Amino acid sequence: MYIYDEYDQAMVDERVEQFRDQTNRFLAGELSEEEFRHLRLRNGLYIQRLAPMFRIAIPYGLLSSTQLRKLAHIARYYDKGYGHFTTRQNIQFNWPKVEEVPDILAELASVQMHAIQTSGNCIRNVSSDQYAGAIIDEIDDPRPWAELIRQWSTFHPEFNWLPRKFKIAVTGAHEDRAAVQVHDIGVRLVEKDGEIGFEMLAGGGLGRTPAIGAVIREFLPKKHLLTYLAAMMRVYNRYGRRDNKFKARIKILVRAMTPEVYAQKVEAEWEQMKDEPETLTDAEIQRAKSFFTQPPYEELEDDVPELTEPMEKDFAFKSWMSRNVVAHKQPGYAIVNLALKETGVPPGDVTDEQMDIVADLADRYSFSEVRVTHEQNLTLADVRKTDLYTLWKELSQSGLASPNLGLLTDIICCPGGDFCSLANAKSIPVAEAIQRRFDNLDYLHDLGDLDINISGCMNACGHHHVGNIGILGVDKKGEEWYQVSIGGASNQNAALAQILGPSFARDEIPNVVEKIVDLYVAKREEGEHFLDTFSRLGIQPFKDAVYA
Amino acid sequence: MPTIVKEGEIVDSDFRVIWEEDAAINENNALLPLSTYIDNAESLKGRNDIGVWLDSHEEVETLEPFLDQLPIVALNFPQFHDGRSLSNATILRHHYAFAGEVRAIGDVRRDLVNQMYRCGFNAFEPAEDQTPEDIVSGLKGFTYNYQASIDRPVPLFRLRE
Repeated sequence: MYIYDEYDQAMVDERVEQFRDQTNRFLAGELSEEEFRHLRLRNGLYIQRLAPMFRIAIPYGLLSSTQLRKLAHIARYYDKGYGHFTTRQNIQFNWPKVEEVPDILAELASVQMHAIQTSGNCIRNVSSDQYAGAIIDEIDDPRPWAELIRQWSTFHPEFNWLPRKFKIAVTGAHEDRAAVQVHDIGVRLVEKDGEIGFEMLAGGGLGRTPAIGAVIREFLPKKHLLTYLAAMMRVYNRYGRRDNKFKARIKILVRAMTPEVYAQKVEAEWEQMKDEPETLTDAEIQRAKSFFTQPPYEELEDDVPELTEPMEKDFAFKSWMSRNVVAHKQPGYAIVNLALKETGVPPGDVTDEQMDIVADLADRYSFSEVRVTHEQNLTLADVRKTDLYTLWKELSQSGLASPNLGLLTDIICCPGGDFCSLANAKSIPVAEAIQRRFDNLDYLHDLGDLDINISGCMNACGHHHVGNIGILGVDKKGEEWYQVSIGGASNQNAALAQILGPSFARDEIPNVVEKIVDLYVAKREEGEHFLDTFSRLGIQPFKDAVYA
Repeated sequence: MPTIVKEGEIVDSDFRVIWEEDAAINENNALLPLSTYIDNAESLKGRNDIGVWLDSHEEVETLEPFLDQLPIVALNFPQFHDGRSLSNATILRHHYAFAGEVRAIGDVRRDLVNQMYRCGFNAFEPAEDQTPEDIVSGLKGFTYNYQASIDRPVPLFRLRE
């Protein structure tokens, strides 16, 4: 993974001192509430309903075991003993004291971490594929490019005060696990005539006005990545709407301008900067790539007979193997997912103890690295297959072996009205009610891949528009109601879900989900995924089933 | 005569901003609104004591025909968190190589001026509740920056090689 040099370290250290000074001036009354709000947001600090919320950047979801132990320490010492992994591969804490945040930032800087630009109308933490470097279907490793974007976007002086927040995702695989089509800018590694480059997308997003990103440039040679991004950002910074925060995202600009006109403006702007010193050099590309080389894999047989017996005698292990373990490009290795979706625990939540345990497991089984996924789970990307059974037993003891990865109960869910001041409705109790209703593992496995996404409001932090089943909390005359939509997807076949009809009271939601699922089971053809059945039948039969 | 910070020094400026669009143009040392300036550009030719100011939604490209006769371009920050003038300044310095004074006016605050400086501003007229000393203390930035900017056109990665 990327290791800071003296330059990177100096920047985060100076940032800590800058924010300490700003916090002190705020507490001394020298900095207005409004001004401090903008400054603290750029350091990850929200102040909201119950307590502050503090968001720490995990660039493209990659953590060392040392960093994870530091997060455990922060949870224990500054918070209430747990943290919440988000859909953008970050971690949030809910109970820090404002005056202690500079100290937390200093702790983070000591392990090469920060909270820079994790909120506010600026370029946010860049996200990517949690299986990067380990998965078979990869064109090129996205992490060096994500790191180059991280550096370029950090403290960019021109793009720190954008019309609205700005999220960039990078993917290097054929299967898109980074949801690049629903990001403000999506960067997709592609190959053309033997040369690796980028397909650049813009204007995707969720929130009030969901949109699938448009291709702005089909092939960008890789050395131009940063200058082209600068051109894309400049057009948005100048022409994105600032009069209405609900119309300020780049998706609105791209739609209003049309993708063609936006692209023309970007190209014209880029002509002015192309080939300037910010054009990437081979040396810099090599430097970035040098941090993401293969770990020292052993030469192993891919076939592991010693797994046969536990698979036969231990159904829970077999379920976990079939759901949570993914094929690795290196023979004899596997990618292991830890689903943070134990029923009764808010999705994405982990305790300090669990973080310490995962850090230890990463040290022993996966080259001391952990990845955070946008589905709010954790991944150990490089596990020897011969270690799988032992690892599973250890995970089981710590509540980290839920065999529900990708299943209906692996729910993506925002913190909702329990924690967030923006929310119209609670989301965590809805997730739990669904998990309790669908507690039969055999049945869940039979259903197979089925995403449920829950957001407590239009801001769509739970990405409900791209859930196979999406649930949105809405406010109706001061009461919490839930709108249900179906047919969304966030992968390479990204699609926006369609609204089923009038919204429901909270206690009706498990029934509604059950009716949708029952119809799918009754109507599906051999091997058909939920989305296939949905696109074959259309929405009407689902409406009939639910509102009958 | 406003007190500003120019090239890091606290100085009194001869130029003051004329905010009203219908103001007379016979004053000396005025920074005129863009529309007023353009309407009178012909008669202002050769006057090196008249500058222009642009609001954040106005495009610096409209100044192109007049840049060689302008000693000062001021760019407004109606609110400190409106970043459009940062792009206007960058374009002015970068695309047009404008070498005159680029002055930040409006909601110009201590914690923002270093970013303005990095985008090509070399003069700062403090917001009402800010002192020139506030601005001076805010100008100092971090030791290093990753990206290319007007003040440091070579990105950090080229120094690492």
